[in-house]
Amino acid sequence: MTVESKRRTMNINMGPQHPATHGVLRVELELDGETVVKATPHIGYLHTGIEKTAESKLYYKAIPVTDRMDYLAPMSNNLGYCLAVEKLMGIEVPEKVIYARVLLTELTRVMSHLVWVGTHALDIGAMSMLLYAFRERELIIDLYEACAGQRMMTTYFRIGGLAYDLPKDFDEKVNKILKRVPEGLKDYERLLNDNKIFRKRTIGVGVISAEDAINCGVTGPILRGSGVNYDVRKATPYCGYEKFDFEVPLGKNGDTYDRYLVRMEEMKQSMRIAKQALDGMPEGPYRAHVPGVVLPPKEDVLSKMESLIFHFKIITEGFKPPVGAVYQAIESPKGELGFYISSDGTNKPHRMRVRPPSFVNLSALPKLVEGNLVADVIACIGSIDIVLGEVDR
Amino acid sequence: MKEKLREFIESNFKEAVIREDNFRDQQSFYIKREYLYEICEALLNNSDLDFRFLSEITSLDWLGHEEEKAGRFEVIYILFSLKHKYRFLIKVRLPGDNPVIDSLTPLWQTANWLEREVYDLMGIEFTGHPNLTKILTPDDLEGFPLRKDYPLTYEVPQFSYNKEEPPEVIL
Repeated sequence: MTVESKRRTMNINMGPQHPATHGVLRVELELDGETVVKATPHIGYLHTGIEKTAESKLYYKAIPVTDRMDYLAPMSNNLGYCLAVEKLMGIEVPEKVIYARVLLTELTRVMSHLVWVGTHALDIGAMSMLLYAFRERELIIDLYEACAGQRMMTTYFRIGGLAYDLPKDFDEKVNKILKRVPEGLKDYERLLNDNKIFRKRTIGVGVISAEDAINCGVTGPILRGSGVNYDVRKATPYCGYEKFDFEVPLGKNGDTYDRYLVRMEEMKQSMRIAKQALDGMPEGPYRAHVPGVVLPPKEDVLSKMESLIFHFKIITEGFKPPVGAVYQAIESPKGELGFYISSDGTNKPHRMRVRPPSFVNLSALPKLVEGNLVADVIACIGSIDIVLGEVDR
Repeated sequence: MKEKLREFIESNFKEAVIREDNFRDQQSFYIKREYLYEICEALLNNSDLDFRFLSEITSLDWLGHEEEKAGRFEVIYILFSLKHKYRFLIKVRLPGDNPVIDSLTPLWQTANWLEREVYDLMGIEFTGHPNLTKILTPDDLEGFPLRKDYPLTYEVPQFSYNKEEPPEVIL
């Protein structure tokens, strides 16, 4: 007589209060010993209804809301929203705005990746990385503060231009970043690239093939880590990216280590773009001149009657775009960030939809972790680089 | 690419297309809902066009609007061709009393969560979806927040001294 042995699995909740889930993410894990049989992410703990909020606000007043989605890359969110509204209205922005926007969003990418490399290394045991990464990030935050007066929630890009002109010591501050960050990157690479523990915990962990990655819709460094050449900046250039010379780094194996390499290389390319943008920065106005749609510069509001009237009208009544809908995608540090804005001809958006890269990337988590060890779940979540503010919106 | 795609859709699915829209140089096709799955499958499997990437599913509510006559809800699919670097939109109109459409999850894994979100916030049902449950809102929340007839109110606190008083409507 034989007794059929039944495989016993154990269910365990990881999160929502877990330091390595980078926010309030709960992953329901079904474990067989130490192997993950099934992983189900549960999200929605941070849902604030940003899309619904934007429907009740004038077009201008939704910009500060977008900052709060991906709070590690506020300028990218601003850029996506402003570009979408500009596309809807058919506004052309001055050359200087294009260069300033490119420069600042590229520094945003570096900033977001620096937090990522620090926290990801911390998750898998390299404690000191966090402190080094935050040291370099501080320089970029200083630049934000000089530009927008805010360290994180900048709201610096406005429809048709920038909130204020660039500060006087802008060049000096950017040059300092361009000098210090590459030095920092060299240090990190020395600390991590050949680090035995880091390599053991990342090589071959959380592998996703190119086909699966495309089918799961993941974008950004995860997709490129699997060797798929899709970068919105190259594929469908926006905001003048076709003028800049840079390369799109690609991985081979699609594992956590490749995603790390891709992000490190991306930071170097971002520094390259930032340098080109700084060198080519033209003089000129920092806002487009579109009366009744784009806010006039503050100096004019204080000295010219007409500008004051327009300012007042835009702030109280807003502007009315034509009926129609546009989709604008940008390459945020996390992947393809899209804004779908539908207008019904009134001064408020009929629908504002965000295509959050973290949300779609997170939906591929079960593919990454199933069959791996439970300790690797942390490495996988870290390598996706999620921000729960953006996942839940 | 624009003409190529138009030719492909018109030669294979002539009866499915209601109209084509090119607002701001962005191609979108309004199609009948019965044909959605077929068209997407054909686009996915056509190696020449190579629409292997589904970037987005979202929805609109036209309640109280002139557009409502053509169907209250609108589901929008955004497809991207990695080979041609081309993006276009498919839009499907659904009636307000029966917002049901085929799920694209068998074709794309991406559709899984995106469709769940549309179901959760807009109340559109996807037939053939493996796990059509709420994703963002709490389990005890009734209604679909992104519908236009869902009022924008203050958040109802779970534990509050004035829980019995109804929340004030902002909009």
